[in-house]
Amino acid sequence: MSTNVNTIRNLANREYEWGFITEIEDERVPKGLNEEIVRIISAKKHEPEFMLEWRLKAFQHWASLEKAQAEPKWANVKFGPIDYQNIVYYSAPKQKPGLTSLDELDPEILRTYEKLGIPLAEQKMLAGVAVDAVFDSVSVATTFKEKLAELGVVFCSFSEAVQKHPELVQKYLGSVVPHTDNFFAALNAAVFTDGSFVYVPKGVRCPLELSTYFRINAAETGQFERTLIVADEGAYVSYLEGCTAPIRDENQLHAAVVELVALDNAQIKYSTVQNWYPGDREGRGGIYNFVTKRGKCLGVNSKISWTQVETGSAITWKYPSCILQGDNSVGEFYSVALTNNYQQADTGTKMIHLGKNTSSTIVSKGISAGHGQNTYRGMVKILKGASGARNYTQCDSLLIGDQCGAHTFPYIEVRNSTARMEHEASTSKIGEDQLFYLQQRGLKTEDAVSMIVNGFCKQVFRELPMEFAVEAQKLLGVSLEGSVG
Amino acid sequence: MSLLEIRNLHVTVAGQEILKGISLNVNAGEVHSIMGPNGSGKSTLAQVLSRRETYRVTAGEILFEDKDLLAMKPEEAACEGVFMAFQYPVEIPGISNTYFLRSALNAIRKYRGEDEMDAMDFLPMFREKLKLLEMDEKLMSRSLNEGFSGGEKKRNEILQMAVLEPKLAILDETDSGLDIDALRIVAKGVNAMRSPERAMLVVTHYQRLLNYIVPNFVHVLVDGRIVRSGGPELALELEQKGYGWIETAARQTAPVSA
Repeated sequence: MSTNVNTIRNLANREYEWGFITEIEDERVPKGLNEEIVRIISAKKHEPEFMLEWRLKAFQHWASLEKAQAEPKWANVKFGPIDYQNIVYYSAPKQKPGLTSLDELDPEILRTYEKLGIPLAEQKMLAGVAVDAVFDSVSVATTFKEKLAELGVVFCSFSEAVQKHPELVQKYLGSVVPHTDNFFAALNAAVFTDGSFVYVPKGVRCPLELSTYFRINAAETGQFERTLIVADEGAYVSYLEGCTAPIRDENQLHAAVVELVALDNAQIKYSTVQNWYPGDREGRGGIYNFVTKRGKCLGVNSKISWTQVETGSAITWKYPSCILQGDNSVGEFYSVALTNNYQQADTGTKMIHLGKNTSSTIVSKGISAGHGQNTYRGMVKILKGASGARNYTQCDSLLIGDQCGAHTFPYIEVRNSTARMEHEASTSKIGEDQLFYLQQRGLKTEDAVSMIVNGFCKQVFRELPMEFAVEAQKLLGVSLEGSVG
Repeated sequence: MSLLEIRNLHVTVAGQEILKGISLNVNAGEVHSIMGPNGSGKSTLAQVLSRRETYRVTAGEILFEDKDLLAMKPEEAACEGVFMAFQYPVEIPGISNTYFLRSALNAIRKYRGEDEMDAMDFLPMFREKLKLLEMDEKLMSRSLNEGFSGGEKKRNEILQMAVLEPKLAILDETDSGLDIDALRIVAKGVNAMRSPERAMLVVTHYQRLLNYIVPNFVHVLVDGRIVRSGGPELALELEQKGYGWIETAARQTAPVSA
């Protein structure tokens, strides 16, 4: 196996392709966090009074948590103390106010997205996908806006939504993830600077995939974006987010919040391909990805489906969850999380069953390579009134090499005796016999490894929109470089 | 020049010498059968030829079309035209048989500087081969070998051989675990592959398979050495007398220094 080990090492040592830095002028607030900074952020965004009040409440809550050192410590990840006063909470590319077309956008930013394979010029766009591009703290461009507007679909930056649709924002902001939810959610609520906003009106099936592409560029900044998606009665929307960041030696904090609301008979499909900079081979640098994502199936027969492919970040801490409030509502969570080198991931989901005949499905695939540590943490909670609830959980781990770790912490809490629960779990290693079999048929080691891993993840990949499934497969291959032993 | 030349091959596994000086020439167009009792080194020979790296070659050389086979990685040997039908085919979840086989074929074609085959060209050829092995096309959209019966797995090995068209096909105990009908189908597939350009090495315990795949030469392997070679009649003799007599004879003639 010595040749295999070497090939796999070479693979693992491939460079992070998205690690370049864009030289642009930015506008930023002083480092640190206090009430004044929160006021500045709100003022810069010309926010109405209710937003400022909401932020200040969140800030006070966060400050009390910070004083009590109440950063969540239960996750199975290790990292040094984060100095929250040493972070810049607002950084935006300098641009003319009131950008009306892409032509006015800094060409360096356009080039950045082109380099990332996300051309923003609409004639070059992938057919059927509308993109919102978030660069550091602000949204820089949203494509296909007019086309969507004809159907009444709102797809814009969060800042724009606050200005143009304050009633929707006020109604739903914090309704799924309140600012008191957890330490990072409180931090986000106080300082979030932008993100995407989607509203799909009654009975509309959104014809385009909506997609937000997040890019961290500036040094010493954190990225705190917030996404809110509301699908009104009978509406359908499929949304995808992608993310990358430059290679830097220090860790950068990304603390986002995503809230989804599905009303009666509505469906939201939310897919993530997370490829933040993972740090180098020795574990230096990389993004701390501390994210709170939650969806509420508020209406009857509603459905929220999360699909995530997590290959980046030094540390991933996220649990896209569903509150199944409406009767017959459905929650799904499909996840591939890969940790290589010194990456750590503690990820999973919560399915909270409140309504009758609610059902949830969890399929989690964890892949650990190098010195990576991969943890699945999940909770399925069936409350008293949730008669006829069902859950199926499948949780598989694949180990590559003998330095990595896979851990699972499934919690199940059932308070209604009519519930039906299924839980399956497996742990396996890429076997020498599997590799040899594929090599004996002519496949190179790296192709053999990537074939085995892709096979392992298939159940999740098939939930992704077509083009992104292909991307995700490629990404997995790259992220695995240098891993089997 | 022989297609395959094995010269004085010595192989150890975990410190124990398993092959103790094998020499064998195989020409294109020939079918050789390697027979022998359990633990005689038959499978080790098959594995070394297909370049499994857990085996340590301590002496000797192997030439495949005059190239040093022992310097090749498994995938290089495969691309040069060495194919092994596994005794225990491996299951790979989530990868369909068709996808796998087309990827393998294209990896080999690419290595040889040929154009990759697209699905349009691949399918008609593939269907022909499926028919030959009497296999259901539905099986092919399932994951590689997953949930296949023992017989289906073995037939799938021969199907792969038929698609990849190797120069040297090594059949490692392909008959084990096959019922008589499956054996007949497998043998039909193998026989259809016999050609003046192709050689086969049929590794087996039993003579039974050789009723269907009649070899040109039979070699008997005992304790890491070829102790007797002959024509197909040698296999019949073994069937009647068992391996006992030949083992006894081998011990008497074995060089003391080995």
